[in-house]
This record gives sequence, C-alpha cells and structure tokens, in this order.
Amino acid sequence: MSAFTPPPLPSDDKRWKIVNGTMRKNGFARHALIETLHTVQSSFGYLDDDAITFVARSLRVPLSQAYGVVTFYHYFSLKPPGKHTLTVCAGTACYIKGADKLIATAEKRLGIPQGQTTSDGKISLMVARCVGACSRAPVALSDGEVAGEMTGEQMLEQLERWAVE
Amino acid sequence: MTIEELEQIAQSVSQENAKFDFEVNVCMDLACASQGAEKLRDALVKSAEAQGKNVLIRRTGCMGPCSSGPLVRVDPDDVLYKRVKSDNAEAIVSSLGGEPVPELQCDLSDHFDKQVRVVLENAGHIDPEKIDDYIAHDGYKALLTALTEMTPNGVVHRITESGLRGRGGGGYPTGLKWGTVAKAGGDMKYVVCNGDEGDPGAFMDRSVMEGDPHRVIEGMALAAYAVGASKGFIYVRAEYPVAVARLTTGIREARRRGLLGTGICGTTFSFDIEIRLGAGAFVCGEETALLASIEGKRGTPKPRPPYPAVSGLFGKPTLINNVETYANIAPIVRNGGKWFANMGSDRSKGTKVFALTGKITHTGLVEVPMGIKLREIIEVIGGGVPDGHTLKAVQTGGPSGGCIPAEMLDLGVSYDALMKVGSIMGSGGMIVMDDTSCMVNVARFFIEFCMTESCGKCIPCRAGTAQMHTLLTRICEGRGTMEELDLLVDLCGTIKETSLCGLGQTAPNPVLSTLKYFKNEYIEHIVNKRCPAGVCNIEAAVPAVPTEVLA
Repeated sequence: MSAFTPPPLPSDDKRWKIVNGTMRKNGFARHALIETLHTVQSSFGYLDDDAITFVARSLRVPLSQAYGVVTFYHYFSLKPPGKHTLTVCAGTACYIKGADKLIATAEKRLGIPQGQTTSDGKISLMVARCVGACSRAPVALSDGEVAGEMTGEQMLEQLERWAVE
Repeated sequence: MTIEELEQIAQSVSQENAKFDFEVNVCMDLACASQGAEKLRDALVKSAEAQGKNVLIRRTGCMGPCSSGPLVRVDPDDVLYKRVKSDNAEAIVSSLGGEPVPELQCDLSDHFDKQVRVVLENAGHIDPEKIDDYIAHDGYKALLTALTEMTPNGVVHRITESGLRGRGGGGYPTGLKWGTVAKAGGDMKYVVCNGDEGDPGAFMDRSVMEGDPHRVIEGMALAAYAVGASKGFIYVRAEYPVAVARLTTGIREARRRGLLGTGICGTTFSFDIEIRLGAGAFVCGEETALLASIEGKRGTPKPRPPYPAVSGLFGKPTLINNVETYANIAPIVRNGGKWFANMGSDRSKGTKVFALTGKITHTGLVEVPMGIKLREIIEVIGGGVPDGHTLKAVQTGGPSGGCIPAEMLDLGVSYDALMKVGSIMGSGGMIVMDDTSCMVNVARFFIEFCMTESCGKCIPCRAGTAQMHTLLTRICEGRGTMEELDLLVDLCGTIKETSLCGLGQTAPNPVLSTLKYFKNEYIEHIVNKRCPAGVCNIEAAVPAVPTEVLA
C-alpha cells in the first residue's frame, strides 16, 4: 500500500499553510478534525465548502462526517462574518439582567435577526451562550472586547460608530 | 527538578520580591478587564516610574468580589481598593508608605470572613503566567513529594480519605473513580480535564484556569501518577480564549522546568498534556460526549456502561474530572486527606467555589465550606438583594438544576441537601433572583437552552424539550390551559426517565422545581392571564381578563 499523499493546498493563500501546519502537527490524524476546523475559522473567519473539502480529504475523513461536525458545533460558522461583530451574552445572569431586551434593541436597530449580518456586510449580530463575565451582567462583546453592565444606549452608540465608518 | 530545586526557586522569588518596597496587585480577570484593568495597570506602572517608587506591579487572577472591580490590592498592608480607574493610579502610588486612599478603600470583611479559600488560595496573589510565582506558593511540591515518597496507590488512598467528590456537579466520589481507573488494565490510559464550562451563569472554572493554571496542571499530573496514565487532555471552551492562552503558557513553562514530559523529577514517570478546544456544545460537558469531541467527532453521548474508566478516550481507560476537582488535588496531597475531610459537612467534604451572580450586591467568585447555610452566602457574603427588592429564589445547577425559594434559605449547601429540595450542586453557578424575575419565564429560558443544546441523538430529549418549550411559551403568553400544565408535568417525568444522558435527564429540573415552589405563578399566567413579576408580555397576546370575572 502506498503512503497517503495529502491533497495540494487549495490556493497559494498563505493561510492554507497555517491550516496545513495544524494538520501536520497532529500527524494528519482523523481526531485532529475539530482542531483543524478551528484553525481554518480563526484564519479565514468562517468555513466554506472548499475549506471543509480540503480538510476532510487531508485527514481522510468522509466529507459527510466533516460537514456533520461543522454543523453540530455552534462555534463554527458557514457564513463570512461582517466587518464588525456585536455579540450579546444570553447566559442566565445576563438574561436575568435584561439581555433579551438588549438583543431586541440591536435586532430592531440593525433590521436583522440574531445570528445574521447586515446586507452591507458591515455588522454581524451574534448571541453567546455565556462568556463567563456573569458578575458584570449584562455583557456584550464588541469585536471580541468584553464590556460589562451594558446599557441599550451604550450598545446603540457602538452600532452608530460602526455604521458611519 | 528536585524538591531542593523547587525550594531554591521559591527562595529566589521571595528574594526578588523583597527588593521591592510595595506590591500592587491588579486583578486582570475578565470582569475587571472589562472595566479597564489593563489601562489601569499601565497607569500604575507610569505613576510608579514618575514618582520614582520601588513598586512591584503584578497582574493577578480573580480576587473575588467582581462587582467592586476593577480591584487593586496593596501589599504588605493588604489594602483593597474598589472601582479603581486609571485616573486613580497616581493617588494610589502616592499613598504607598503613607495613609491609604480613603475614597477608594473598600471594606469587604463580611464578604471575606465567611469564606475558606482552598481552590482560590492563590487567585489574586500570583501572576498566572509565571510558574515561579506558583512554585513560591508551594506549587508542584505535592507532585514532587508524591513522585518521590508515595506510591500511586498511596495517592489514590489519600484522595479517598479526603472524601472529595466530583466538583463538576455529579458529586461522584473522586477517590473511587481514581481507584477504578488505576485498577483498569492496559498499557495506555488517559487523564482528561473537563474545562467545558457550558453552564450559563457559572465561571469558576474559567477563573481557576485563568488565575491559577498550574494548579490544574499539577492536579492532572498527580492524577496521572495515581492511575498510571501518561497522556492528558484539557478540554476548554473556545469561548474562553484567555484560559486557553494561560494553560498553553502554563504547559510550556511546566515542560521547560521538567515538571511535564519524560522522566519527571528523575523518576520513570512521564506525563504530558495537550489542550483541545470545545466548539460551543453544552452537551460536551457530559463525559462520553466530551471524549467523542476530543476524538474529533460530533459530541453525542454514548450509553454507559462501559464507563470511561474502563473504555474511554480512543477505547482506553480514561479518568475524567472537572477543573475544580483537579484544583483540589495538590492541597489534599500536600496537607493530607484528613485535613480536607475536616472541612465541610457530613457527606460533602471540603469547600465549593460558587459564581454568585444576578440580583445581589456583591457578585463574584466565592469559596465556602460545604454545609454553609444559603442565607450566609446570600445575606452576609453576597450582601443581600440590592435596590430595596426582595429575594425570590436562588438558582443553582444551571439548566440541570432548580430554583430554591427564599423560604428555604436556612438550607445547608451540600450535594445531598440540594438534591433533596429538587436542585443540584451543579458546577457552581448561583444566580439570585428577586421579585422582578418571573419564574415561569426563567423555566422557559432554561428549557429553550436545553432544546437548543440537545444533541438530537435520543428522542425524549430532542422532541420532548421542544414540546416543553412550546407549552411554556403558551403559558408565558397567557394562552396556556390547566390541562396543558398537567401535560407539562407528565412530559417532565417521561424526559427524566427515558433520556440517554444527563442533559435530558435533568432538563426538566428547572420546570419541576419552579412548579413545586412557585405553582401560583404558573396559575396566575394560566387562569388570571397575569404575570406577577411583570416580565411576560401577556397583554400583547391576549386581552387581559379582569380577575373578578374569573373569581
């Protein structure tokens, strides 16, 4: 039996080398699937068909299984994120302190439901299960930066700043 | 690395620290960081330079009372400052050697006096990115002592003697679990740390991993020695990037010091740890689902037996414990099982860390001896409910737990007592609710969570939680009937009894416990079309029916 040859990189985009690096570090073992998908998402921002196919072939995992893993975990996204992302935490402590109202306010302002990106690709509105900053609830993240005791006004100000950029 | 070398490191750290006249510790945990702790630290460094003072400014993990953050503690005087802004840096540095800054000083003696710190003993005192800081606080002493003076069986025995029970929520006796894995045959065994703190409202494990990562690493190494494993995995939520970074640094530093790797401490014991990232699936907190996820698969649970202790990761015997459980190991090995067993209550030994949040004055991380009355946690340590509101309930155990009504505040907190009143210890989230919270709405919140997080493998959980959610939504909107309430109770029983894993089996708990203690709220919604707390928007759904018409 001849040795397995991984497929060529999808393009000369340098980020594929980072993805390949994760797989090589794990000896192209099948159990490195989730690790590799994390690398793809952190490098490209999301997972598209080409990426999933490339990773599945490289790790000799059936494409159906790779797709199954991607869709099982909430953290993986099949769509590109907006230029900016507002994430509102909807953990229990945040919920008790009115996170649902923050989410409704943001949905109304952006005109999109949670989990989506505005049509101009500027802002994504996400909801997190719990970021662990419960003592400062309600919490929202602006491009990953955590802000506690968030008010509707503060949140709208942030959205305005992004909208006029 | 030998014990003597450890002591040398500890000595050189204290010599280094002694060169400074003062130590200013800045809490860098998420809650304080979200209020500008990083800027504050920079300002302190600048002020110290400008004033020419010889100050050690240290970044630390969580100090506890997050609602008073950003927190700064000045040693050796042990002065705690609250809500410090970078503008206050100059005043704090000027005050060193003189009187403390009165307007920033905070007296939280009530908050701290009732606490007993074992797991959190280093939090707020060490720089989590410096292994030498940890070593200076007796770090890795337990590991080296065990490797050179104890047999693996001796370590298992000590853990059994301590009476430690799993801190992930289940409360399974840790020593018993270790003994089973130790006895399992085979040349390859794994030790796994469950850092997938998915329970919303809980952040103890995050704070431990971020604030004292070596504590977890040492606990895992001790476990590996005790059960005969050579490889470990820490499974951490991807939502905790700082924890991942701290653990990565920690593992690298431990390898550099020869505390992980091949032939640790000149013995034949070899052990190394890898980090695996979760990807946002609550069910992966269940042990068999977690193992599937480490194997790169969908995180769906498997029926037990076989238990992971016999056939776990990659089919090999595997020990799985929670972050806080591992964090308890080093002090137990160091101080003895009896020392630990002397703390706590009859069948729940030691301490428990709780994330105290919700409608309470002092939110944050607290560590209390098991058996302490809930009232002491809420009224004394937590400072009670603010803004003149009254306490309604305390929620423990997250989506698997229940709501304990205000009348039961004299309950002693232990695994068995909480179980008896229809809640569970859980991983340690403790969410305080006041009269502005609607218990039906809270139950619906948790069921929605379980519905979304159900992995879909077994029908009772997949379909049952969705049906429960529909019924609860109808009640919240004032469209429910008393027959539907009976149906809801029936459904709870079926889901509890027939679900495959813990997620489904415990999903009905929030509904059952609120029904037990707050049935009147359900009836108000159904019969009088009224939400007593004013949370549910009933008027929008149905025209309000005047109470006297129905009465």
